[in-house]
Amino acid sequence: MNENLFTPFSTPTILNQPATIPIILFPTLLILTPKHPINNRLTTIQQNLTRFTLKQMMMTHNAKGQTWSLMLTSLITFTATTNLLGLMPYSFTPTTQLSMNLAMAIPLWAGTVIVGLRFKTKNSLAHLLPQGTPTPLIPMLVAIETISLLIQPVALAVRLTANITAGHLLMHLIGNTVLALSTTNLSMALLASTLLVLLTILEIAVALIQAYVFTLLISLYLHNNT
Amino acid sequence: MQFAASILFWGHSGHQDSKMASVVPVKDKKLLEVKLGELPNWILMRDFSPSGILGAFRRGYYRYYNKYINVKKGRISGITMVLTCYVLFNYSISYKHLKHERLRKYH
Repeated sequence: MNENLFTPFSTPTILNQPATIPIILFPTLLILTPKHPINNRLTTIQQNLTRFTLKQMMMTHNAKGQTWSLMLTSLITFTATTNLLGLMPYSFTPTTQLSMNLAMAIPLWAGTVIVGLRFKTKNSLAHLLPQGTPTPLIPMLVAIETISLLIQPVALAVRLTANITAGHLLMHLIGNTVLALSTTNLSMALLASTLLVLLTILEIAVALIQAYVFTLLISLYLHNNT
Repeated sequence: MQFAASILFWGHSGHQDSKMASVVPVKDKKLLEVKLGELPNWILMRDFSPSGILGAFRRGYYRYYNKYINVKKGRISGITMVLTCYVLFNYSISYKHLKHERLRKYH
């Protein structure tokens, strides 16, 4: 029981070779590129969704922040499709691995900080001290704000990892419970299966929300720094 | 009339390259036209360079795309087939671990 609870999170292998790269690249097959002014149904749906999210996300930024729109749109598309594909049975979700989420979070966060420090040095350093603090508290508060700044990428990565991993684990556990209970106590099995249904709906929402939150926070850090 | 002309033509070309087993070179034939005895030769003569393999994936992708998705009234089965294949692919990859989770030890 202990061993096979975490095997969905181990590296997928084809003939003992790690096969993570094809699995990470699989969502690209599902994202279609529009070629004509009027496309087929699926491309139109995806195009409308992309335009909608792009408009929502990039409305609050000025011209300099909007140069990041490609990066942020591809981020939210990748995270959302990867999380949703992870809800398929037997699939491997790359976003459950902390290594990958750190690799996404640290460069993007560092990019926002560096952009802020380079182009608006005074403003971005001024963010380290909230307005209206009493003078004796200033050194301590600067230290605290620096720590909270440095912890942002770690928080981004760990948030995404923990949410998706916890959701998958919970689904596995409750699924095993339903299966084991179905032979002994059928009514409890039905109760647990309704729980499973609700949990699946929650997981779909979590998959989308986590993608959104990740991207939103990065865009927030960007907004502060441009 | 046309039948006789084609037989005459066949006779001529057979006379010219009588050493070859068929008229078209084996390399250029599609899979369903290759005769069974020529199959090993056909497989070995395929383009196994990276660009060749990439080209094969591209052709396969566009064949599926143009048949099921790039149509006027594309239905959802175009995507669900892909997702089902994805699920089966992952199942086959993790079969080694799933073997131990069977409900009965001997089937």
